[in-house]
Amino acid sequence: MDVLDIIKPENRVFCKSKLMTDTALSYCPGCGHGTAHNLAMEVIDEMGIVEDTIGVAPVGCSVLAYDFMNIDMTQAAHGRAPAVATAIARTWPDKYVFTYQGDGDLAAIGSAETLHTCNRGENIVIIFVNNGIYGMTGGQMAPTTIPGMRTSTSPYGREIETMGSPLKMTELIANLPGVYYVTRQAVHTHKHARKAKKAIKKAFENTRLKKGLSFVEIVSNCNSGWKMNPIESNEWMVENMFPYFPLGDIKVNGKLK
Amino acid sequence: MTEEIIIAGFGGQGVLSMGKILAYSGIMQDQEVSWMPSYGPEMRGGTANVTVILSNDRISSPYLKVFDTAIILNQQSMDKFEHSVKPGGYLIYDPNGIIQHPTRTDIHVFSIEGSKIAAEMGNKKIFNMVILGGFLKVKPIVKLDNVIDGLKKSLSERYHHLIPKNEEALHKGIKSIIPFKINNKVFS
Amino acid sequence: MSELKLMKGNEALAEGAIRAGVDAYFGYPITPQSEVIEYLMRERPEERTGMVVLQAESEIAAINMVYGAASTGKRAMTSSSSPGISLKLEGISYLAGAELPAVIVNVVRGGPGLGTIQPSQADYFQSVKGGGHGDYKLYVLAPASVQEMSDFVEDAFDIAFKYRAPVLILSDGLIGQMMEKVVLKDQQERRTDKEVIESCGDWATTGRTNRERNIITSLDLQSEKMEARVHRLMKKYEQMEKEDLRYEKINCDDAEYLIVAYGSSARIAQKAIELAREKGIKAGLLRPITLFPFPKQELFDLADQVKGILSVELSTGQMVEDVRLSVEHKVPVEHFGRTGGIIHTPEEILEALEQKIINNGRIRHHKTRESSIL
Repeated sequence: MDVLDIIKPENRVFCKSKLMTDTALSYCPGCGHGTAHNLAMEVIDEMGIVEDTIGVAPVGCSVLAYDFMNIDMTQAAHGRAPAVATAIARTWPDKYVFTYQGDGDLAAIGSAETLHTCNRGENIVIIFVNNGIYGMTGGQMAPTTIPGMRTSTSPYGREIETMGSPLKMTELIANLPGVYYVTRQAVHTHKHARKAKKAIKKAFENTRLKKGLSFVEIVSNCNSGWKMNPIESNEWMVENMFPYFPLGDIKVNGKLK
Repeated sequence: MTEEIIIAGFGGQGVLSMGKILAYSGIMQDQEVSWMPSYGPEMRGGTANVTVILSNDRISSPYLKVFDTAIILNQQSMDKFEHSVKPGGYLIYDPNGIIQHPTRTDIHVFSIEGSKIAAEMGNKKIFNMVILGGFLKVKPIVKLDNVIDGLKKSLSERYHHLIPKNEEALHKGIKSIIPFKINNKVFS
Repeated sequence: MSELKLMKGNEALAEGAIRAGVDAYFGYPITPQSEVIEYLMRERPEERTGMVVLQAESEIAAINMVYGAASTGKRAMTSSSSPGISLKLEGISYLAGAELPAVIVNVVRGGPGLGTIQPSQADYFQSVKGGGHGDYKLYVLAPASVQEMSDFVEDAFDIAFKYRAPVLILSDGLIGQMMEKVVLKDQQERRTDKEVIESCGDWATTGRTNRERNIITSLDLQSEKMEARVHRLMKKYEQMEKEDLRYEKINCDDAEYLIVAYGSSARIAQKAIELAREKGIKAGLLRPITLFPFPKQELFDLADQVKGILSVELSTGQMVEDVRLSVEHKVPVEHFGRTGGIIHTPEEILEALEQKIINNGRIRHHKTRESSIL
């Protein structure tokens, strides 16, 4: 089968969601953001809720998410997406509101907004893409950078004594009563992507049922920031990131697993 | 007519609410009013004061240096405001706790035993109404009916049963205020 | 129905917001403006009009909540006092950059730093010269009475939506904490969601229907696009200067000396003018109601009539720079003001007018001229 055969509709297993624009992704080849975007758009498309969905883009690599997601989107200041989403959800209680944030945005500069929005149990979805590094600014240490990991601001590896331990924001917020659903997923294989999509769908269903806050972490790679090729980066992620950030549901239907 | 008043005393003496009732009374007779408190930590236990202005015209500054009338309810306020009364103006004070009595001879000074009367009436909270009554006797700038209406406006309804008691206190104040004779002799 | 009440400035502002049909208020407590959120929480506006009121976890969160609600076309506002406004400046810059209509209220206290909780007007620069980052301005309304605290909420939203731009109400601790008689306006109906979509649907992110998607952002990575965005903002500010300048003249017709003051200082200065006239000094007051736009032309014209100008504000001299720029050295311009939370008295202002303008000011001005010739 050559390339032309592969892209025939009848042979397609995965394709770009109708809710993705034709704009070429600005992400590095091999990056998980594109898949994560696509999964979110597939869910919104399949649920038929595009007219009632408002997305909030962060600051970071996915700052331009609104260029790729063909939905109404507001771009928030660094870390403030949960506050922005709070207000939208409060003033439009019947809309589907989600934020799409990276680890620097959500777990460092926006930690207060994340914690308090979760604690209030706002009826929104937070999609948290964790690749353990600041990608957009050129590979600096993130709150989720794992011990010993080299970045441009931890050039000799993250040292716990002086730089602190990686922040497990997802476990932290799972303990808050206002949070209804917390899960950690990945998108580096078909299998994982399918599970991640199910999780995102469950999260949006929770919004529909007005259950409160749903939080989907996606552990992902940053081959450029990690200075690896895409395949190596995914292998490194499985070996080094997953032990620290284990995949699976953490809180379902308001109950801790 | 414009009347510029400072009411000063301890926090808890009802200084601010007395000003508020006075301001409401002014509104009841279609006057312009302003009520400018000192605010912040000094309100909590320390001294409190409020500038109240009633006028038939638009009020310019709500914050003043000199006043037509000073109602003074503790020694600190006496120290601070005795000299802020305009020549020919009025100083009304409760002698309770006052060590340095007023010495100015170019103003009208009146005293009223507000604390004593309130204690005799068995309700310290009506202290400010006794004082207000005294003030209105000396300076009848608002009608008593309007004060009662002002009270109704500024008190929430669950306290309206206290209005007769307040009215009684006003009348006690009206009866009790007396001119104070300045004794300027340094050696007696 | 309209209603007559004795209210604090902060409370009148809050009630004005409910009656203006505001959709959402997000705030964080700070003295001397906490009565705004306290009043709103007490009044249950969600039951009265459906208005959302939320105590945020910080001033930063509050301004970003305003950003969120504004991005969907809702009428959203926040209030704070000086240190809190410093925290909000990032969000205010974003509101300006993303061209969102919103109202921010600053009940100013003394600074810098934690400063004092007493009244001040030392946030003039912060309000009219940017404050946050980037090429932007705020339309700034300066209320001078409790009545205006109540009325200006609606005025501010009208301007905010006319230009799709953030508007600042610059008050201070004196106006916020004092009580005056206020005539409350009739209750305005809050717009329905359908009406919001109809009126703001061409830009607001209310959900993509059978139209192109709407995007709210302040980001333009291409410099040419960013420059065009900034120029678009500048056009709005020019239009504001032409169409929405507000000021008040008091006793200016025959004035030989002019005081320029806004907000609480304008009230105190008005009394100073009354005292001046009692002494036979013909003084007048120009009170800018908007600080941006600033009444430049009016000052320029008045400078032909008066012998000198005293700029009065509760600061060490900020607005005086704009007064001088407007007057273009036609007559001496001096500043007077107390700071650190001290409020100047009418007598102090009159004394400053006499010393700095009527007596010394003229003489010093001529001396400077001579020495520059020598």
